[in-house]
Formats: sequence, structure tokens, C-alpha cells
Amino acid sequence: MKRYSVFALARNALRFGPGWPALWRSPDPKASYDAVIVGGGGHGLATACYLASEHGITNVAVLEKGWIGGGNTGRNTTIVRSNYLWDDAAALYEKSLQLFEGLSQALNFNVMFSQRGVFNLGHSVHEMRDIARRVNANRLNGIDGRLVGADELARLLPILNVSARGRYPVLGASFQPRGGVARHDAVAWGLARAADARGVDIIQNCEVTGIRRERGRVAGVETTRGYIRARKVGLVAAGHSSVLASMADVRLPIESHPLQALVSEPMKPVLDTVVMSNAVHAYISQSDKGELVVGAGIDSWNGYGQRGSFGTVEGALAAIVEMFPIFSRVRMLRHWAGIVDTTPDACPIIGETPVRGLFVNCGWGTGGFKATPGSGWVLAHTMATGEPHPLNAPFALNRFVTGRLVDEHGAAGVAH
Amino acid sequence: MSISQPFRLVGGGRIDRRRRVDFRFNGLRFEGYRGDTLASALLANGVRTVGRSIKYHRPRGFVGSGAEEPNGIFTVRHTGVEGSTIPHAPGTVVELVEGLEAHAVNGWPSLRFDFAGGLQWLGGMLSAGFYYKTFMWPRAAWHWYEWAIRRMAGNGRAPDGPDPDRYDKRNAFCDVLVVGGGPAGLAASLAAARAGARVILADDQPELGGSLLGARRQLGGKPAFAWVANCAAALADEPEVTVLSRTTAFGFYDHGFVAALERCTDHLPPPRRRGPRERVWRIRARRVVLAAGATERPLVFENNDRPGIMLAGAAAAYVNRYGVAPGRRAVVFTNNDSAWRAALDLVEAKIEVAAIVDVRPEPGGALAARAEAAGIPVLAGHAVVDTQGRNALRRVRAARLDGSGARNLDCDLLAVSGGWNPNLHLHAQSGGRPRFDETRGCFLPGPPVQAETGAGACRGTFRLDACVREGAQAGREAALAAGFRDVGVISAPSTDEEGTTDPDPAWAVHSRRPRPRRAFVDFQNDATAADLALAVREGFESIEHIKRYTLLGFGTDQGKTGNVNGMALAAGALGRSPAQVGTTTFRPPYTPVTFGAAAGLATGELHDPLRVTPMHEWHEAQGAVFEPVGQWLRPWYFPKPGEEMRAAVARECLAAREGVGLFDASTLGKIDLQGPDAAVFLDRIYTNDWSSLAIGRCRYGLMLGEDGMVMDDGVTARLGEHHYLMTTTTGGAAHVLGWLERWRQTEWPELRVRFTSVTDQWATIGVAGPRSRDLVASLCEEIDLGPESFRFMEFREGVFAGVPCRIFRISFTGELSFEINVPADYGRYAWDRIVERTEEFSITPYGTETMHVLRAEKGFIVVGQETDGSVTPVDLGMEWILSKKKDFIGRRSLARSDCRRPDRRRLVGLAAADPNEVLPEGAQLVDEPFTFLPVPMVGYVTSSYWSPNLGRSIALALVAGGRDRSRVFAALEDGRFVPVDVVSPVFLDPRGERQRG
Repeated sequence: MKRYSVFALARNALRFGPGWPALWRSPDPKASYDAVIVGGGGHGLATACYLASEHGITNVAVLEKGWIGGGNTGRNTTIVRSNYLWDDAAALYEKSLQLFEGLSQALNFNVMFSQRGVFNLGHSVHEMRDIARRVNANRLNGIDGRLVGADELARLLPILNVSARGRYPVLGASFQPRGGVARHDAVAWGLARAADARGVDIIQNCEVTGIRRERGRVAGVETTRGYIRARKVGLVAAGHSSVLASMADVRLPIESHPLQALVSEPMKPVLDTVVMSNAVHAYISQSDKGELVVGAGIDSWNGYGQRGSFGTVEGALAAIVEMFPIFSRVRMLRHWAGIVDTTPDACPIIGETPVRGLFVNCGWGTGGFKATPGSGWVLAHTMATGEPHPLNAPFALNRFVTGRLVDEHGAAGVAH
Repeated sequence: MSISQPFRLVGGGRIDRRRRVDFRFNGLRFEGYRGDTLASALLANGVRTVGRSIKYHRPRGFVGSGAEEPNGIFTVRHTGVEGSTIPHAPGTVVELVEGLEAHAVNGWPSLRFDFAGGLQWLGGMLSAGFYYKTFMWPRAAWHWYEWAIRRMAGNGRAPDGPDPDRYDKRNAFCDVLVVGGGPAGLAASLAAARAGARVILADDQPELGGSLLGARRQLGGKPAFAWVANCAAALADEPEVTVLSRTTAFGFYDHGFVAALERCTDHLPPPRRRGPRERVWRIRARRVVLAAGATERPLVFENNDRPGIMLAGAAAAYVNRYGVAPGRRAVVFTNNDSAWRAALDLVEAKIEVAAIVDVRPEPGGALAARAEAAGIPVLAGHAVVDTQGRNALRRVRAARLDGSGARNLDCDLLAVSGGWNPNLHLHAQSGGRPRFDETRGCFLPGPPVQAETGAGACRGTFRLDACVREGAQAGREAALAAGFRDVGVISAPSTDEEGTTDPDPAWAVHSRRPRPRRAFVDFQNDATAADLALAVREGFESIEHIKRYTLLGFGTDQGKTGNVNGMALAAGALGRSPAQVGTTTFRPPYTPVTFGAAAGLATGELHDPLRVTPMHEWHEAQGAVFEPVGQWLRPWYFPKPGEEMRAAVARECLAAREGVGLFDASTLGKIDLQGPDAAVFLDRIYTNDWSSLAIGRCRYGLMLGEDGMVMDDGVTARLGEHHYLMTTTTGGAAHVLGWLERWRQTEWPELRVRFTSVTDQWATIGVAGPRSRDLVASLCEEIDLGPESFRFMEFREGVFAGVPCRIFRISFTGELSFEINVPADYGRYAWDRIVERTEEFSITPYGTETMHVLRAEKGFIVVGQETDGSVTPVDLGMEWILSKKKDFIGRRSLARSDCRRPDRRRLVGLAAADPNEVLPEGAQLVDEPFTFLPVPMVGYVTSSYWSPNLGRSIALALVAGGRDRSRVFAALEDGRFVPVDVVSPVFLDPRGERQRG
């Protein structure tokens, strides 16, 4: 792997010649791997990367139906935070946030993790009570965060409409200073480059069409590029987790919905933080390129088409204009949708399935991006050792049998 | 030529030369005419450099004449109109109005001398994706790098005040929607209208005509514009046709749903503006005819971005439509015939054409003779390989394709055409997949997925008469498919124009430099051919990756000019054909849509419906402080003049337990259930038994989710054999109704039961307290209210204060209390009759805060406060409500092992060791104070109040193991750990004697 730095850039600019090498190879699939990851999004690539770097398992393939990072990794609003309510969820997301804090250096690829802080607004006495509860829990869990009143919010965010005349006046917010945004494509590419450098085969345009089992354990995957043997298979394909799992007769408690997002035309800096509101169903930040990045609530119908209905976009923009009246004349440049896998408790499912050697990592709902490195970290551990990492033990599939749910609907950011 | 507009042609154009319009650009005053765009007016005044590019800060001029413009972006506003800023408007679509102020979006201190212009000499370091490779050291410095990067990035400036305008929406239905008012769209609209179909024609220009507005063409032996005028007049006569001008169809969604944005007032001087600024049309169409035209693409060569280099069609449009000379001496560089026509138009307007440079060895077809007649030199088999000029174009260098025979041509205008790209956006948005056509050198629409047909240039038909014929045919077929009569073949006028020959794509022009760095593909994002090659070399193969890495097509023009060139260049670098590489996804909207327009009227107080009860005005008159609960506004408390909240609530709490408390409970959800299977249905929905409930009696019910967690609660009464009235929580009413319908419709369709929301039909007045019976009796003579004849948890129908009523003897306060339901229109009347008796019965109105205190004193839960989706009935100490005789939703989940854990969090009461300490709600509870992080949490405070009746603070909480613990500590935000005793959640009257009295 050729190291990136400003000096390397300068040398490359002055020198004539072939210049930068490929970020990753494009190998043909081998007949057999120690582990196969299905899904070349951030979570799958992180899993492969950590399998190689933390567990020494390098004979790994990442199989991607289309192009890596082309699913929800490349479609989300890039918010990273860890201010979740319950201990189990908070610990998992906090691990991920900590990995994000060193990710650019670890990958030698600038993922532009910008810790500009995240506000979660409260619009009613009821919401403020829930926010207080969550902030109190965060503090006791050692996660940064505090309650911010409407007066302080008005000072910190002068463009936010905190007037009491609004339909849903802002009463306050939680604030996590270490939260922020990252460059989503860079996360996928940086992880892919690092994984490739350690020997992982990243195989694009390779769709998994079947999962072969032998005596109750996984034997390999059928793909559009032939059969690939593997004793361990990780399904990390948000949006299509239940489709893939059903190939091995594993039924997941998942509903898939379109989730929409949009960007505005790029503008000079006007919003230096991330603002989320559950009550009006919208969240917003400004990208380094200058676009306002806006997320909506999910489309209520189940579906796999990566397009949503315009009505949801209208609702999100009404909420944004309500919160930020000065954005009324700003214009929407592009809107799109990804498919999110939602679980009954708004928490992910990470662990081995009833089919030995077949692992799932899914159900991140609307908030998977922030978990990218943490999710890969724990799945890599689980696949390498056969035992869940303490951080993902609470998120096993069997919690839907025992009832030990971790209900994070309140903190998930988007109403399911 | 006028002095103030040195590049204005003497005649011609569709501008109104009698109407002068003053405007400002970067602080300087200019003059144009009504009918100009900002772009044409600036060009008329000789302003050629109108912006600086985003990355290298190179000077840029207008490339196009419409929505495709990548360079000429301005922040515009109107003098004297507060908050009128539009951050990011292409000058080519901004209609000139008096008082317009435009500012270039980059360039400091000025457009001519931009300090950041030096960045272009760092071009080698700033190649695609350079930012991923640096700014990583030291780790903490990203914050500062980012600060600087953000200031360099971005284009326009956000408005600095609220929007003075309002926006509107219209829902519309039609048989045939035609998108585009050019030759194909006009013909299609007329044909469909003649068949009797309801037609909507959406066109983004101020007047109909499409491409004909900018071209000198003939149709049927006459200027094509005469034909346009005839069509427009004929459409105006059709009663079923709606022509929407200045309306861009921007999104094609599922099921024939097309969204369009109408710009209503921006083209008017501010004093003449009336009504909404913009309107979103939400159109549901049986059939859609896409006649959206085509967009010209540039050619990619070294230094192809200097001001003065523009699309040939745009140059012709400035001449023909706006009467503006985009230069004095032009060179035309093309690979197809259309630019030859532009060259002839330039000559016609007395603009010298120094040469037509055509990459084809034998170019021009029939037009060649006309060019020769016009005396235009032709360089066949040549290409422009480089250009010169510091702030604007001065000279181009042309050479044979093999690089030989290079020569310089002085010029200030280079009109470029690389062929035409059909506008496939709406087709692709509707689900269609574009395919590459090698012959025509462009992507064409694939098979339609929805009820959609293309016509004209947007499906690759570029001959004018063929466009008209195709449009008429598409309109005819659309109407037929929508169920109207067949109007037969419609004769279309023919053109005298010469046949067009297909272009030679010529994606990349070889440069004389070894490593060309300034052959731009995407002007707005400064993505070059070298960047595309680099992306491919770095291993990016998918066009979506290449797009994201190089930012090709990520600008506000969404790559309308650059994308296809970029895709073809990437394909070349990958050794594939454009067909194999394909296009990136076409995302809505086609052109940017104002946030405010998408929001429409749903802002401010109209953001969400505000619901108030029939007694609301009385509450307001009493000075009530309100609290939003769901969509409702409820009285929170009723302060006397000068009274603080705590004092007011204390007064209300005491009154309700001593005299009569009066409460407006109208917001509770009310659902009327009828049908022979209503009881069976309730048995499944609720945890307890309903079949046994006698007519005339009420019962409290808990509803669980499938996960066994408490979802909603309320009292339901049996009004008749097959008739029940269910109440829900205020915030949960809509959700519960949806829940009931979902189960009935999808799981139990065999059950004969129907639901109707009657929340708004009934006003509910709660009276509580020892004297409430006397009060009700004084207004309701015919119902025997005696404790034995009208018992707790019963209901009666009758007449209250002369109006029909249903009275429920139920209690959420623990007091003797009645809930009087009267038809909503009588609500205020009945309320007033009670209030009249204030003195007699010492009545005190109370709000939701007091309601909360009173119920907390009794340990009654509030769903959403004592529950959070993780609480079972057992956790709440309500085992008694779980029927063991029947199944119900959530029952199976309650049997799961985790739901039977002894250390689950359970509802308890809390008494702070200091009775004056009111714990903050949401405070977490811990076993031990002063431990290290993370501190294990054992529960949290769900409700907490000062109880005036008990003279101390009380709280409800969920605590692991419930009352197995006797003492915990509340961890407060200020760092204190407050000791609290765990007690029974029922603080008052544990045996319930008061409410049964």
C-alpha cells in the first residue's frame, strides 16, 4: 500500500509517470476462502478489515452485488454519535465513535470525521423528559453529553427558530460534542484499501444467489461468478438482509423500508453542527462541500425499490423550514433513498444464526453508518472466535426469543 | 448598438426593447430589456467573466443558455426586498426584472483578480480525491483544515433572514401530461386535446416554443414561430387543456405521479407580485408524454473553459432569442451538423465566423454549401487543441487530428458542439433504463416502465419535422390509451431543412501537451479528463464510483453538460464502450426545487394541524397556560393573576380533593366500535376479558404490542349488545385506530366489526371531588346518581343541562368523579352551565399538570411516561389485568424468559429522604453514590411532583427488582446523589374508597 501524505501528493504532482496505484485490486474470486463477507458496504468492509488486522484471518473475500459502498453506506446522512439510551446500545455505538476518532490515521485515508457536535431537539415537556433521561444515562455511562436549554440553543444556533410561536416550539436539546459527521464514501474506500492491503479480496459485481449448507452448517455461497466455498459466511447486506438469510432458511424479524435523504445546492458555511429532531422528523447538517444534507423519516410502506415518495420529502423540508426559516429559499438539489432493515426494538442483530458458521449483521435501521467500524469490530471478533464480543452479545438473534429487547426507538433518531 | 449594451444586436430577439430594465452585478449598474435573462443582459453589456470555478478559481463565463448552465451561478436578490436572497441561481434562467442584484459566488477580492486563482498552478496536487490523501496529520488538526476547506467550498450564500414569500401546492389530475412545450410537446398536446383528453402541458420557459425560441427555423414554408403561435392559440381555445408556463416537471414518481414547480412571481417587479412565489403541482396523470428536448454537450480539450467558449446552440440562442452578440469574431468547433446552423445564424447577425472546425473529414452535409456561400472557412478533420486568453478567450489553436498543421485563430467566441444528449431524467426517474446508441452517439430512453412515451429530441429525434410528427403521434396514442377516441394521423408541417448527419462522437480531443490538466469535463466541479483517468487508474471501475471520486455531475447542474462526456471518457480509460459503463442514476429533481415550495403551506402554525377542544376559548379567557400534547393544545394550569405555576397547581390539586375540580378531557381519543364481533375483537386487542362486560358498564383496558409491551390504555364502555365506545390516550388515538384497522383488515378479516373515530364529535367534561355528585345532580335530573344506583365504572345516557349526554362514572384522580360527554357543539354550553355553579359547589378548573399530580398520588400510570415500549403489565404491577382464559396480542411474548426475570424494572413509588426535594423527571437511579464511570443504573424517575395533598414530594419510578430495593440514589445532573426510599406507588387512599364513595 502506497502511503498517502501531503509529501506523497507533492512528489506525485511533480513526477511524470504512472502515479497513484489502485486503491484495491479487482481479483477474480478464488474457489475457497476462510471467510466470506456478503455485502461490500462499510460494515462488511470493516468486518473484513478487522478480521485481517485484529485476528490475522486474511484469506477473506468481500462479495458485492454492485459497487462497494453503493448501498446505505453511500446514501446516508453521515451522522456519527453515541448518545443512546440503554447501556448495551450506548457501549456499542461508543466503541464505534472511538474507532471513528482514529480511523483516518488507522486507514491512512482521510475519512474527514468532523466532531462538530450533535443536537437532538426536544419540542414538548414529554420529549424533554425523555431527553433528560437519556443525557443522564449517557453521563453515567461515561459518554459526553449535556442538556441545553432553549436560551442557550438560541445563542449557539442563532439561525434555529426557537420562538414560542412555532407549531412545535423548541424547548431544549441534548448535545453530544464528540458527535459529528464523516465522509461516507471515504469510509468505504479507506476500509476497502486497508483490507485489500492485508490480502482481502474485494470482488464487485458478484451477487450471492444461494447459500449452501452441509449438515446444519454453512458450506459456501453460490454467486453470479460461481460457487465459493467458505466455512464462515457473514451476511452484511443492509436492505436485503432478510432476503439473503432466507436463502439459508433463516427468518429474520426485519421489515425493510425506504429511507430518504436530500441535499441542497452548496453554500458557504452557515451551519456548523448537526441538528436532529424526532418530533418533526428531520435532521440536517452541512457537508464540507457546502450542501445542506437533510434526512427524512422512513417511508411507511415496506419495499426494496431504492426510491421513496415525494410526500416524505415534502414533510422533511417542511420540518427543516420550520426549524430554520432562513433555509426557505435554499433549493433542493437531489433526493434519493436507501433501504433500511428495521427490527422490532430499533437495535441491530449481530451474531451467529441457527446455521453454524453463518453470521448476520443487520437491522441497523436508520442509524447504521455511525456504527460502521464498531460493527465490523464486533462481527470480526464473533466470526474469528465463534463467540460474540461482549459488546454485541446483547444483540444476538435469540433476544427475540427470550424477549431481552433493547428498545432504542427514542434514541434512534428517526421514528420507525 | 446602444452604448450601454455594446453587444446588443440592432434587431431581432424576443425581447421588448421599449422596456429597459436596470439591474446590478457585483455592485455595478447595468441595463437590459424585458425578456432578457440575467445571462443575456450581462453578455449584451460585454460582461464575459461571471464567476470563478470552485476548485481552481479559474475565470468562467456562460456555457449554456438554460437550465444546463454549469458556470454562471449567482446569488441574487431584489433591491429593497428583505430576505429575497436566492443563494444559487443560474443566470441563464433568471428573468431580468427591475432592481435585480446579482453577485458572483466566488472570486476575492474581485472576479478579475482572485487570490485563490493561484490554486490552478497547484493543479497537480489538487487532483481528484486529493483530500482523502492528506490533512491527516496531526490528528487534531482536521478541525482547522476543515475550517479552511469549508470556506473555500460552497458557492452561494444562505439568505440571512426569513423568507418574505409564501408558497402553494396544487393537486391535479389529467389524462395526458405533456412535459415540454417545444415542437414535439406542442404537437402532442394538440393531438391529445383534439381527442377530448384533459391535458396538462408543463413547460419551463416563459413562452411556448422550446428549442424554436432560440433558433431560426422554417416549418411548412414559414418561420417556425408562426406555427408555434398557431399551436399556442389552438391550445388556449381547448377547454380541457391547462398550459403551465414557467413550470418545470422535476420528478417522475410511481404510479404516474409527476411533481412540477411553477415559478409564479420571480419574473415580475416586486411591486407587481401577488400571491405565492412558487407552486408545486402534484400531478397524477393517466399517460405522460415526455417531450423534454435535448441538451447540447461540449467537447473536451485543453483550456476548454475560458469565458467566451460556449455551446453552439447557446450562442445561437443569444443571437436569435435575445438579440445579443455573444462575441464579435467566432470560431465554431463541432463534430455534428447542428453547430453549422449556429454558424450560419451568427453570420446572419453580422458576427464574423473565422472558421468552422469540424473533426469529421467530410462534414456539414447539405449545410456545407450554405456555409461556403456565406464565406465561412472550414477546417475539416481538425480539432481545437488549446485556447488562450487570460480573463476571456482571445485565440484558439486548431490542428489536424494527428496534431499536424496547427494554426492559431483569433476569436473572442468559440461555439462548441459535441452533439446532443436527450433529456432522459424523467424517463429514468420513472424506472426506465437508458441505453447507449452508437450511431447517434448518445443515450436514448429504454423501454418505458410506466405509462409514458417519449417524443422528439428527448428520444433522439433531432429533425424538426420529425419531432412534430412524433409529438402528434405520441399525443394521439396517449389519448387513445387513456380511453379517448382515435383522432387519426395528424398531418404535420414539413421543413425545408437539410438532412442531418450523425455526429462523430470525438469524446476526447488529443492535446499537444503531454499531461493535459485543464481539459474540463464538469465545469462546475472542475473535474478534468485527467481526473477521470486518475480515478480509473486508482481502481474505480463503476461509473458511480468515478462520479463520487471526481465529483463528475455532482454540481447544481447535475452534470447536464458534462456527464455523458465523462462517462464516455471513463469508458475509454476502462477500455469499454459507453454502453457497458452506462449512466449514473438520474435523481430528482431535474432542476433544483426551493425548500419553501416543497414545504408549501405546512410551515408556521400550519406545520401540523392544531387541535383544540370546544371549550378552548373559555380556557384562553381564563388565562390558562397551554401544553401541546400530540396535535392538541391542552390547558396545562390556570394561574390566578400573579400566581406561579407551583402555587397554581397546588391550589388546583387541593380543590379537586375538597370541592369540585373541573377538567376538560375532550382530547382523549374516542373510537366507536360496532358489530356482532366487537366483543371478540376487544378480547384479542385488550389483555382482559370483554365478553363478560354487561351493557351499561365500563372497564379499564391495556393494549399491548406484539412484543408484550404496554402500548396504550383507556376505559371502554359497552353501550349496547354490539356497540362499544373505546377511549385511548390523547397522543395515541390515531395510532390505536390504525392498529385496530390493521388487525381487522390484515389478520382477522372474518370479524364483523367497524371502527369510527368520534374524538371530535364529543366534548368530555370531567368533574372530580367530594361534591361532584351534587353538582352533576343539579344539572341532570333524570339520571339517578345515587351511589347504589349509579355505581363506579358504569355509564348512563340521558340529558345534562338540557342537552343529550353520556355520563361515565370513572376516575383518573382517585376521587368520586364523573366524565360527562356531550355532543361537541354543546360542549361549551354544558361547560358554561357548570361554571355558573362555581360559587355554589366551589368549582376549580384544573389543567393537565394537576391531573398528573392527582393520578400520581394514586399511582396511576400514564402510557408514554411510566412506559417506554419496554414495560410489561407485570412490570407495572398489573398482573390482575392479564386474562388467563383467552389469547390476546402480546400474550405469547409475555411468556418469554426475559419477561419473567425477577430483576426486571418495576413500577415503584419514590419518597426522597428530604420531603421538599422534588426529583427531576428522567433522573437515573443508582445503588451506590460516588462510584467510578460507568455507573450501573438500576432505574429512573418517570414522574415526579410536589403533592400538596400529602405535603411532600412524590415520584414514580421504574426500578430493577421493584420493591426488593428499599433505598436508591437519584443521580442529578449537578452531580449530587440524592437518597430516596422505594415505597408503594399508591400514595393516597390505597383502598380506593374515595372514588367508590
